[in-house]
Amino acid sequence: MSGEPRPRALPVLLPVLLPPRPPAPPRLRLRPHHGVALGLAMLLAAQAAPAQAPSGAAPLPALDVLIKWAPLLLTGFAFNIAISLLAMLLGTAAGLWLGLALLAETRALRGVAWLATQVFRNAPWLVLLFFVMFLVPFQVTVFGLRIPLPDWVKATGGFALPVMANVAEIVRGAVRSIPTTQWEAAEALAFTRRQTMWRIILPQCLKRMLPPWMNLYALVAMATVQASIVGVSEMLTLTAQVHAAEGGRPELFAPLYGFALICFFLYCYPIDRWTARLERRFHVA
Amino acid sequence: MSGIPDWFQRLYDTTGFNLTVFYDPYDWGRYVAGLRMTLLLSVSTILISLVLGALGALLQGGPSRLLRGLVHGFVVVFRNTPPLVQIFFFYFGLGTLLPATQTASGLREPLLSNVQWAIVSLSLFAAAFNVEIFRSGIEAVPRTTVEAAEALGYTRAKAYLHVVLPLALRICLPALNNNLINLLKTTTLAYAIAVPETLYAVKQIWSESQNVLEMMLVLLATYGILVGILVWLMHRWERALRIPGYGR
Repeated sequence: MSGEPRPRALPVLLPVLLPPRPPAPPRLRLRPHHGVALGLAMLLAAQAAPAQAPSGAAPLPALDVLIKWAPLLLTGFAFNIAISLLAMLLGTAAGLWLGLALLAETRALRGVAWLATQVFRNAPWLVLLFFVMFLVPFQVTVFGLRIPLPDWVKATGGFALPVMANVAEIVRGAVRSIPTTQWEAAEALAFTRRQTMWRIILPQCLKRMLPPWMNLYALVAMATVQASIVGVSEMLTLTAQVHAAEGGRPELFAPLYGFALICFFLYCYPIDRWTARLERRFHVA
Repeated sequence: MSGIPDWFQRLYDTTGFNLTVFYDPYDWGRYVAGLRMTLLLSVSTILISLVLGALGALLQGGPSRLLRGLVHGFVVVFRNTPPLVQIFFFYFGLGTLLPATQTASGLREPLLSNVQWAIVSLSLFAAAFNVEIFRSGIEAVPRTTVEAAEALGYTRAKAYLHVVLPLALRICLPALNNNLINLLKTTTLAYAIAVPETLYAVKQIWSESQNVLEMMLVLLATYGILVGILVWLMHRWERALRIPGYGR
């Protein structure tokens, strides 16, 4: 240490010497209308592009193309939402049982459940989607009754698998976060293990599971576009088809895929904000 | 070493379980090339996203209101849109708008190849999450610790570098861990723009050899092992950096 004198006050004195610090400026919060503004800016930027394009057959400007095809694209988007809701429903129902199996007292059951959870949680969603799409037949025969399985049903199953594993982990984490005294009190009141789980522990877990569960739902909603890779006609597949139908002009790529981005943003962002709010409210110290 | 291919060839001849990758040198080559591409994608996107995430977190704590707003907007947009659409948007949308050169044979050669676009878009996607993770880590460092550092005569920058950052890194490591594992899984999306990574290579193999089930199992095992290695490394790092007195 050189004995060089400090030119300014010791930092520890700063809070005393300095005038009181003004409160931190509010954090900039993006609202959905910012997303819309962003999208419009993108569209306007895209409007400029056709000016440079060779105007052979006077192609429609990007905005008109979008307006023309928006109903079809939005139908595709609704299909995405439907797939995500269905996958979430299936995955949650299965994941609850898998999560309970993770907490089972039987060692073998716990082991099997652990393996299933790890496999389906760690495999990429796209790989699981391929797994279901290619290995499940397009129709099954039950007691001579032929049930066709269209590709979107299979895709739903493909998304339900990772949802199941993640829900299982959410359930396990929430149950683990309940104080041990709750178990002991229930035991003292002569509840059986099953009663304790269903009547005492799980109801308390519900609100703790809600934020991560909603987070997972936003992920599933965003993952549904992966179904376009295996040919399900959801929004992204339709976007590619619309692009081809409009002559495959390269300047249309940005507005068309930008439109898809905006749709998902407008759907997922409110979920994200709501999740953050619930997380703060249900924060477990 | 010819025992292994022979064994798998015999397995196919006797049971019909056709693991071509283990006895056909051509398929093996494709599989390894795919694996190498997955590793390239993962390692480069992990590194770039960490750098971008740290930079973003630094700007978020910075004085400039405009930069803070921009970073926040970036995070919000990239977190709430599907990564696949981001990849398409970057590769098809921006890739075609950028200037391109022509190869000797007159083909259009874009400024960035599909592999490079995949790295760019996946890095940005993961960086958006990393910004939030790093920021929450920095915010979780107790005020009192910073004050204690100041009382010891640390300047603001020195306190940040020697006290806040090391603590923040340790605090946010579990979340970072999750995000990096997620990123490794997200690299499969590069399949959609024909980046020849593992999924792509395996798909090529099974569509030629008609051994979908076998290759699916190889694929699942591959990702299981890759994720396992990353989890193991990160957990070791987490344990090595554990703060005494925090957690269990």
